[in-house]
Amino acid sequence: MVTTFKINEMDVSAGEGETILDVARQHHIHVPTLCHLEGLTPVGACRLCLVEVKGSAALVPACVTRAAEGMEISTDSERLQRYRRMIVEMLFAEGNHICAVCVSNGHCELQALAGDLGMTHSRLGFLYRQKRIDASHYRFAIDHNRCVLCTRCVRVCDEIEGAHTWDVMGRGIQSQVITDLAQPWGSSSTCTNCGKCINACPTGALFKKSKAVGEMEKDTHFLGYIRTMREVK
Amino acid sequence: MELEELNRIAADERAAQEQYRHRLLVCQAAGCLSAGSDKVRDALEDDIKKAGKHRLCLVKGVGCMGLCGSGPLVLLEPDNVLYQGVAAADAPEIVEHLDKQPVRHLRCPTDTPFFRRQVKIVLENSGRIDPERIEDYIAAGGYRALLKVLTELMPIGVINELTRSGLRGRGGAGYPTGLKLSTVAKAPGSPKYVVCNGDEGDPGAFMDRSVMEGDPHRILEGMAIAAYAVGAAHGYIYVRAEYPLAVERLNKAIRQAQKLGCLGPQILGTTFSFNVEVRLGAGAFVCGEETALIASIEGQRGQPRPRPPYPAMKGLWGCPTLINNVETFANIPAILRNGSEWFASIGTARSKGTKVFALSGKVKNIGLIEVPMGITLEEIIFGIGGGIPDGGRFKAVQTGGPSGGCIPEEHLDTRVDYESLRELGSIMGSGGMIVMDDESSMVEVARYFMEFCMTESCGKCVPCRVGTVQLYDLLTRFSQRSATRLDLERLESLCEMVRATSLCGLGQSAPNPVLSTLRYFRQEYLERMTDYDPRRAEEEAADGHDV
Amino acid sequence: MMARARLATVWLDGCSGCHMSFLDLDEVLLDLAARVDLVYSPLVDAKTFPEDVDVTLVEGAVSSSEDLEKIQHIRRHTRRLIALGDCAVTGNVPSMRNMYPVSAVLARAYTDTAQIPGTPRDAVPALLPVVRPVHLVVPVDVVLPGCPPPAALIKEVLLAVLDGTTPNLKARFG
Repeated sequence: MVTTFKINEMDVSAGEGETILDVARQHHIHVPTLCHLEGLTPVGACRLCLVEVKGSAALVPACVTRAAEGMEISTDSERLQRYRRMIVEMLFAEGNHICAVCVSNGHCELQALAGDLGMTHSRLGFLYRQKRIDASHYRFAIDHNRCVLCTRCVRVCDEIEGAHTWDVMGRGIQSQVITDLAQPWGSSSTCTNCGKCINACPTGALFKKSKAVGEMEKDTHFLGYIRTMREVK
Repeated sequence: MELEELNRIAADERAAQEQYRHRLLVCQAAGCLSAGSDKVRDALEDDIKKAGKHRLCLVKGVGCMGLCGSGPLVLLEPDNVLYQGVAAADAPEIVEHLDKQPVRHLRCPTDTPFFRRQVKIVLENSGRIDPERIEDYIAAGGYRALLKVLTELMPIGVINELTRSGLRGRGGAGYPTGLKLSTVAKAPGSPKYVVCNGDEGDPGAFMDRSVMEGDPHRILEGMAIAAYAVGAAHGYIYVRAEYPLAVERLNKAIRQAQKLGCLGPQILGTTFSFNVEVRLGAGAFVCGEETALIASIEGQRGQPRPRPPYPAMKGLWGCPTLINNVETFANIPAILRNGSEWFASIGTARSKGTKVFALSGKVKNIGLIEVPMGITLEEIIFGIGGGIPDGGRFKAVQTGGPSGGCIPEEHLDTRVDYESLRELGSIMGSGGMIVMDDESSMVEVARYFMEFCMTESCGKCVPCRVGTVQLYDLLTRFSQRSATRLDLERLESLCEMVRATSLCGLGQSAPNPVLSTLRYFRQEYLERMTDYDPRRAEEEAADGHDV
Repeated sequence: MMARARLATVWLDGCSGCHMSFLDLDEVLLDLAARVDLVYSPLVDAKTFPEDVDVTLVEGAVSSSEDLEKIQHIRRHTRRLIALGDCAVTGNVPSMRNMYPVSAVLARAYTDTAQIPGTPRDAVPALLPVVRPVHLVVPVDVVLPGCPPPAALIKEVLLAVLDGTTPNLKARFG
């Protein structure tokens, strides 16, 4: 069923199964995202894509919400910008993000978000929590200091590769992604060494070992190919 | 099984109990048990035997009697004499006085507001029947409503009856129960499931535990009626593992009900089949959130997901699922037995029936109470609760746990219902009610609840995972009296943001304790700021500025 | 517009990279020289921070007792304070020691990995328990992230501040 509605006062329509985010992107309306990755099941966790619906007090995540007929959505109000900046500030305060010495410097989605949203400094207190680095895998490594818990690695490993090596352990601020049952990545018996998680990761948390500062570029195009091939079949 | 058989079981059970001239009902719920009521029960049984009165006096374990702070409690029937603070050593004296005047120094007066002002629906059997015997429940009228529903009503009739009753979800949000049933009944897809949320986790709340421990069959009957109404054949009760006694009694109740044909295939001789299983929670507060609870039953990590789709459309294993709180299900048999008009005659215009509260903190009568909706907070705290002990002065009452707020003295005349508490910046919640006197620091109260939310956050969405930590750190500055004006601004803007952007109710409501204490006790925050200048604040207040 | 503004630059816990980027302004420095007096800087010979400064560029994070005294003094005597570069804005590399106690940091530097072990005591300022960005220590008027911030951006911000306007910057970390 096709629904027609408005985004930022522009008349738009959504086909069966299309979310507000899908439609916004078709019309080149920029809605920031972090946990979302085209081709993976959306989870609505980062809250960056929250948008306003006229007549409703609650904000809705564009990545998982289907627009109802006649809805009037705005994606860029002053309030939304303020919240988005705070979310990115929170992520910088939570992790230990030292862009200057990061493999993903210049190619990082978090770094780009901060720039786009005009987040020039964090007013929140930094937490400076000690976090691990697991470099036991022969090709890849994970630096938890740079992880934003978007779970894109978890989903790509489960939904696309079918290995489900990654998952999440702990709760709240103690949460972290783990391989197998929190075993060293290098000893994982389920990891296929495919590297999809590396490419799905928006920051420098997951990287190839041979990369120096600023050299780790991610490529998520494979998701599109795989999806197309699976749909054709 | 037909009505005659239920009646026969009931009659047999009553006769079996009434052949005893005296019946000593000993509370075996968690509160009294922790004070040693199991030993009291054993001692009473021993001493009765020793005194040769075992044909005259029955000792029966029962559920919660309400006045938990004065336990262990023993009720002598049919004389209706309540003993409080009973120790095993008191057993000989109680036994000796069975045919004489009651033991004076143990006697607890029952003509007080605590007993007189309560109205019991959900707790009508609690403290009266043996929760481990289905016969006792049937003798108290149990499973009649289910039989009536299955033999006299169509599913839509049940839904209409519940809709007319005005029953709303007792988990805290107050969603109309009839409407929810109707949605699940109409939702396409099968099978359908019924889930009972017994993951009570608010600090200071023990309502659901008491119902599960004291009258487990009532929940099963309510679930079976709801399952018939929505067309479900399978149900789950999700109970936190920290409630081992509730789990044990529910499992026992399920086995007994299956054996008698009150659960299982072809219930009570009809074509309706329904089974219930208990699932244990592993101690995560967030699993009280319905989508997280469903994920947990499925064996997934207990994390909420965005709604819609609501569980009524896509719940357990993607199927339409009716999920309700323990107390909601416990109301259903009574409504079907006594009729919706009866239920709707209790309470206020928009909130019907009664509400169970766990009354605790700085109040004389600590325990479990059930009151009609619309009663004032003052009647609860100063009437039923007996006021503040040790000459203390009332300061605030906290309702709704970590999702709720603190209500000050000037609003004590508020009539308790879903809307009025929300207007005050708190919520009805599942029923925790913590009374605080003037020795309590409201900043510390807010900080305590924020710490709770911080450690119970599942970590999925950013505002809750990181925001609660930032809020806790800011509140710690106030607690250490090192906060500044800037910290107050940050506290307020963070509260607003976390509330507006968090994924589930845990995060969205986490700022409530802070916001409500800021609203009613702002001075306590201001006094803890290093750059607070009372004179300047007064001038600004006179100028009409917010301080 | 200020008439010949008094400009200062300081260098707390940083690598001097931001100052190098400042020097990368090349011929713009000549234009700048026409508008400002550089009254204090690691690049000039003044030994004490003057009383009355219009604009100060601060590079580096606040790491030691000396940094703390300096920045508090500077704040008192500066009209417009610009946090220059990631160390001043976020703590950046110097703050990487914040995950460990000071004693562990000193042990690693002066005992575990040293050929002649011995922790310096009197000659050098004591490390603060945590390294902090400047704005979490004193109020900052303008933040300019980057490691280092590109010269063009420094120019834009500095000129805007000298003109008394608020710079609208498109900067990023790293």
